Amino acid sequence: MYASLVEKLTDLSISVFLWGFRIAVVLVVVGGSVLTLAEGKYSGAQWLDLVADGVAQGSIYALIALGYTMVYGILRMINFAHGEIFMAGAFGGLFTAQALAQSGFLNQSAVTSLLSVVLILVVAMVVSAALALLVERIAYRPLRTAPRLVPLISAIGASYFLQYTFRGFFGPGIYAYPAVAVLDKPVPIAGLPIEWGDVLVIGAAVAMMAGLYVFTMRTKIGKAMRAVSEDKDVAALMGIDVNYVIVVTFAVGAAMAGAAGVLYGLTFRQVYFFTGFIPGIKAFTAAVLGGIGNVPGAMLGGMFLGLAESVGPTLFLDGLNVPSPNQLKDVIAFTMLVLVLVFRPSGILGERITTKKA
Amino acid sequence: MIEKTWRDWGAVVRIGLLGGVVALYLCLTGLVGVFSDRPLITGIISLGHTLLVLAGLITGYVGASRAPAGQGRPVLGGGLVGLITGVMLALLILIGGQVNLRAVLLNASPALYSLLTFSQGVAGLWVPMLLGAVLGGLGGLIYVLPPRARRPAIWGLAALVGLGLFAGFLRTPMLTGSLSGLARFLFGPEGLTPAGALITLVLVVGGMVIRDFAEPPARKRIAALPHPDRLRLRRVAIGVGLLLGALVVLALPYALGPFVSQVVALVALYVLMGLGLNITLGFAGLLDLGFVAFFAVGAYTVGLLTSTAEYGIAQWSFWAAVPFAVVIAMAFGAFFGLPILGIRGDYLAIATLGFGEIIRILAGSDLLKPLLGGPRGILNIPKPIDGLLPGHPLAGPNQIYFLSLVCAALVAFVAIRLRDSRLGRTWMAVREDEDVAEALGVNLVQTKLLAYMLGAAFAGLGGALFAGLVGSIFASSMQLFVSINVVSLLIVGGMGSIPGVVVGAIFLIGLPELFREFSVYRFLFYGAAMIAMMLRKPEGLLPSTTIRRELHAGAEEEAPSATDAVGDAATP
Repeated sequence: MYASLVEKLTDLSISVFLWGFRIAVVLVVVGGSVLTLAEGKYSGAQWLDLVADGVAQGSIYALIALGYTMVYGILRMINFAHGEIFMAGAFGGLFTAQALAQSGFLNQSAVTSLLSVVLILVVAMVVSAALALLVERIAYRPLRTAPRLVPLISAIGASYFLQYTFRGFFGPGIYAYPAVAVLDKPVPIAGLPIEWGDVLVIGAAVAMMAGLYVFTMRTKIGKAMRAVSEDKDVAALMGIDVNYVIVVTFAVGAAMAGAAGVLYGLTFRQVYFFTGFIPGIKAFTAAVLGGIGNVPGAMLGGMFLGLAESVGPTLFLDGLNVPSPNQLKDVIAFTMLVLVLVFRPSGILGERITTKKA
Repeated sequence: MIEKTWRDWGAVVRIGLLGGVVALYLCLTGLVGVFSDRPLITGIISLGHTLLVLAGLITGYVGASRAPAGQGRPVLGGGLVGLITGVMLALLILIGGQVNLRAVLLNASPALYSLLTFSQGVAGLWVPMLLGAVLGGLGGLIYVLPPRARRPAIWGLAALVGLGLFAGFLRTPMLTGSLSGLARFLFGPEGLTPAGALITLVLVVGGMVIRDFAEPPARKRIAALPHPDRLRLRRVAIGVGLLLGALVVLALPYALGPFVSQVVALVALYVLMGLGLNITLGFAGLLDLGFVAFFAVGAYTVGLLTSTAEYGIAQWSFWAAVPFAVVIAMAFGAFFGLPILGIRGDYLAIATLGFGEIIRILAGSDLLKPLLGGPRGILNIPKPIDGLLPGHPLAGPNQIYFLSLVCAALVAFVAIRLRDSRLGRTWMAVREDEDVAEALGVNLVQTKLLAYMLGAAFAGLGGALFAGLVGSIFASSMQLFVSINVVSLLIVGGMGSIPGVVVGAIFLIGLPELFREFSVYRFLFYGAAMIAMMLRKPEGLLPSTTIRRELHAGAEEEAPSATDAVGDAATP
């Protein structure tokens, strides 16, 4: 009797607390937005600029998130080292770009620039995929049947190992990506503040995601992938080579991350050994936002997160007189992660799996 | 038969290629270069060369174990492996001489090449090849030696490397005492002297040989004792061991000088935090990657309450502030824990990681700058005992060590009592299977919340001591790697086991701090250790019995048919 009363009280206080949490978040978001907009400090063009940045950043997140989502869908495991795979792609692209810039091919004309970018993307994708296969073979495959914490810890170890391996190989300094002149030119669309670089990022991301969608839905191996993510054992009974499917999944996810690394490098123009860590965690957030295990969800989640990060600080916090709100954009991203995990663990498009025992 | 022999040689070649990759990796990440400044045996061999020598010996040993059976073939196999390794290093030098590899790989420098060829440049290409073949052959020779000779050889090598590493630390305290002559004779400022190396080798090898040939070894004699006597003997041995251990622990900072005692204090601090996380992760199975959040809360609370500089608000004594720090950290634990504890496993890890980052960013942001000082942090935090007993022998640089030790002992006591309590058993039930535990009437949220809050409280205590240790706190000290350090020391030591935490802290915090050149590569080592641990020994170095049983349950049942040891260790 007594115990049950105490339990009821705790349950009550927990739900009161959770509701308070929700209300506080809504108050900050709505109140901040109204105040900022009422102040009218920012012009429409500035807002558009933020949105364009957000969509470009979001496409990069979305590409990385695909790798998380695909691997999670099949192995029910968070590939913590995925951010480092992304970083490896950025490095692979960087050295290709440097070589191309040295030979003068990179900025000879618009056509060679385009060809170079394609070549850089391909190299980065290959580098990332190869590295991911290596990591999978060494650090994940022997642990496939282990308790869930074991591969997660191994993945965290792989993440650190890769970061500091790259630090050892290439040093702690920040590398500058060579500039591709064409990408800095504005797009001639009626005064919109968009550059070709943004177009490239968004276009490449959308094209790759469309390709991935076709790949998973229309090809035989894509079908096998869906079957394995549904039920590994039954898929094996149907004659699907589960190991092969897992390897392909890692490779495809890593190739997307490698491409994202190049797009990141071309946008932000710098790469160093720690580059992959924060985007990796953010992309995981994006995958959770969209509903993990769900490919369209990852794209949606990435875009959403990119927008929230780019527009959010200004929109929500500026009106509340928070000094230098852009320092807090990561806080917004992580708060969104926690909010989603708490209030809608299924994500925007996903099934509810955070509490399901997999 | 012949086909099998060829297959075996193929395996040997593969190991050689692998060894080459490892050697190239050691060179190109800069490990060899960094360590080449530090002698292992003064004037004879540097630590960097030692690394390569060990790589050669070990791959030779492994190669020999794969070589086809037959007279002399293992040694030949070892030599082949070493030769391949050496050829790959030689190729690096050759290519590096033609192409400027340094534009991409920072460490492919002329300094490295001259290190590999003993400063002969391209003309010395034969050096790594020959040395590789010789070392690999030696490794193979060690493999074919009978166990009685093999063990002394391996232990002798290990003792040389170990003593060579620690020589500097052993020498400093000996110099001040009456042993200074001996110290100068055995140890250089860094590394052993040649005489010291010889004496070490003779002592260890001789000791091992005598032990092997001595009549019925002590172990056998003990085993022959009747049961009650054996138990009594064991109890006495444990008692003496504990007493000696306690004496060593208390004397450590006085014996080893200020630098080492600072390191030891840090180890004690991490032991304390490891024990705290052990409750959350080891007992209740909640992977908390945001431990640093509560560490930060504890540190900032003490900082704000005691600091005599700009942002201090109360100028309390350290002792009044610590309980507050713990309580506030616990409150933060409740605040963070309540919303997220419904989440399972790896999601919880990511959510808590998010918390850690949120706290760090907020602490360094302009938003909280008027309160917490932003990136400039809080300065002038008084030392705990100086304020209480100025001039007392306990005061001075060692106070944090003793303080952490006392707190760690306290936490260990609390942890043991909790583990054996009803609550502890509930935690383990939740760790094993949440659904079953809930069905048996366990209130999941409450149970988890308690574990989370206790972990947070101990993290807060750790943060408070850290503030006292360093004397100033900055947002930049609250990095994610504090959390990762604590998690990895738990995993390496053995989850759920209290001695494991101590061992883990010594390995992961103490050693990298002692070898400062190494500190850049610390996380490389962490990462490798975490992966290797998960692959080979997921239960840790000194596991608790429950966890070991759990992780090996499958293996024991399948033991008769099992062939792949690695696969077994990972089977749940």
